[in-house]
Amino acid sequence: MADWVVQAKDLVKTYKMGEIEVQALRGVSFNIKRGEVVSIMGPSGSGKSTMMNTLGCLDRPTSGEYILDGESVAEMNDDQLASVRNRKIGFVFQSFNLLSRLTAVGNVELPLRYAGISEGRRAKAQSALEAVGLKERMLHRPYELSGGQQQRVAIARSLVNDPAIIMADEPTGNLDSKVGKEIMSLLLNLNKERGTTLIIVTHDPNIAEQTQRVIRLRDGELDPEYDENGKKIK
Amino acid sequence: MTFAQALLEALESLNGNKMRSGLTVLGIVIGVAAVIAMLAVGNGAQASITGSISSIGTNLLFVFRGSPEGQGGPGGSGRSGNNIKPLTLSDANAIADPFAAPSVEKVAATLESNALLTFAGENTTASISGVSPEYFEVRNIQLAEGEFINAEHLLGRMSVVVLGPEAAITLFGHADGVVGETIRIEGQPFRVIGVLVARGGGAFGSEDNSSYIPFTTAQSRLIRRGARDQVDVIYVQAISAEAVPQAQEEISNIIRQRHRTPVGLDDFTVFTQADFLSIFESITGVLTIFLGGIAGISLLVGGIGIMNIMLVSVTERTREIGLRKALGARKKDILLQFLTESSLLSLLGGIIGIMFGWLIAYIVGQVAIASGTNFVPIVGSDAIILSTSFSAIIGLFFGIYPASRAANLEPVEALRYE
Repeated sequence: MADWVVQAKDLVKTYKMGEIEVQALRGVSFNIKRGEVVSIMGPSGSGKSTMMNTLGCLDRPTSGEYILDGESVAEMNDDQLASVRNRKIGFVFQSFNLLSRLTAVGNVELPLRYAGISEGRRAKAQSALEAVGLKERMLHRPYELSGGQQQRVAIARSLVNDPAIIMADEPTGNLDSKVGKEIMSLLLNLNKERGTTLIIVTHDPNIAEQTQRVIRLRDGELDPEYDENGKKIK
Repeated sequence: MTFAQALLEALESLNGNKMRSGLTVLGIVIGVAAVIAMLAVGNGAQASITGSISSIGTNLLFVFRGSPEGQGGPGGSGRSGNNIKPLTLSDANAIADPFAAPSVEKVAATLESNALLTFAGENTTASISGVSPEYFEVRNIQLAEGEFINAEHLLGRMSVVVLGPEAAITLFGHADGVVGETIRIEGQPFRVIGVLVARGGGAFGSEDNSSYIPFTTAQSRLIRRGARDQVDVIYVQAISAEAVPQAQEEISNIIRQRHRTPVGLDDFTVFTQADFLSIFESITGVLTIFLGGIAGISLLVGGIGIMNIMLVSVTERTREIGLRKALGARKKDILLQFLTESSLLSLLGGIIGIMFGWLIAYIVGQVAIASGTNFVPIVGSDAIILSTSFSAIIGLFFGIYPASRAANLEPVEALRYE
């Protein structure tokens, strides 16, 4: 039996927009192996963001089953979800989402603070920053850093808690192509060195190409024109 | 997250928005300072009035003409059953009888009026009392120089006067070295034999402007009353403070008998210092509550200011809240963070407000001293505890709504917020 880190089965998500019910996910099933690099693609309105929110435990599916690193997440309450996010998921956002009041190392420390870790917190945050090559910029605040450096801080923040998966939502979307490449190679290297599962949500085919597998969504379902490895069925 | 971390984060956050934090704190500062200063002024007024009433004289009782309920009174109508008899010297002598009134130590009957005092072109209207030597003992009056009115002055109906310090300053420009001068009262010459020590305001206004002449002189030449022997006020000193109620009872019985008044229809009033004290304490008590209440409203307004700013802050930091939740913050972490911020604002405001209120009270005291009023504002520990706990409660109360709004944000929505 394979070592699955993500097992999603028949995921359905329905939003109520006033009177109308909108089905963002209509029964999506797939698995992701530990250490895999996967991209989730699809045009806007395909349920990509909903998928990302569900996989990231920011939201619960309306129905279906989602087992993350051995824990069934679909039925958890808000605080339990918060704890799962804290322990098992690292987020990298398109717009970095760093707190401008805090220094780089302060930002990286945040997940550890919510985990209730105080001993060795600074050292852990420092080594995470070292891993992304920002050791000298530790005490800089976000506005003193370039976009690429800010995203590196965000990546350091995502891996400081040794998560099971890193969820990256358009991680290069706000960066020029040269810096974007650097960030992508950093993410892929971290995956190689640490074996952390990497899920990238993107609409950029060049980025999807660099991942091992592409999950394509269309209208809230897996795109029927592609097989489970993301290859076009001819 | 521990509390210490929450405190640190709150400090960082407030520090990041200095202008806004400062203005919010200012609302609380003004509220707390106003409460402290107003309560201090109220307490000071109470203490000053209580003090000056005590300085009127020890164990003192006053007997006035007229009933306490206000029916009749001096100059009241002569209808039957409402017939007001004047107090007389014989009444005073009867009260002084140690067998009839064993609780009475000394009795001093007076005639009181206003008169025009003149000296070398200067003139002033002052209250004039015709008194006997006992008066100075009963009223606990001190001499700055010269002598009191004595039995000899009384017997000889002599034209001598003991001046209050204020009257002396008005007439002579100074209060010392005036003994031996001759002034005119209502045109008649009087020799100054003494000047009193300044005492400041009393229960009947300032007594420093009062001047005293022998009772017999007043009776025959200055203050004429309808009935022979009539007196205006009888001052009575009880043998001790504990004996005051007893003395009040004895005096009432004696005069009732002498005036033959029906029970419950007294044509006189026996007043004690305790009566004065309780009247003024209730007046200043109401004053203090009134001032404190007005100041309390400004504290409330400050609290609403905190709520307003916290709501703005929650809206402004929606993305931050979403991010924190994504990183694993639970509801109570967010709640704690925002409550800490609002409590810190109000606590800071409370501390600065206490110092500021103290300063205001001090300045009011200095102004009072400079203007010669015997008035010291008192910053009580009760006022400090009251306003600090009130401002802390306000910080918590007005912080709860914004904080719970922050804590209940959906992480997905919050992260998407622009």
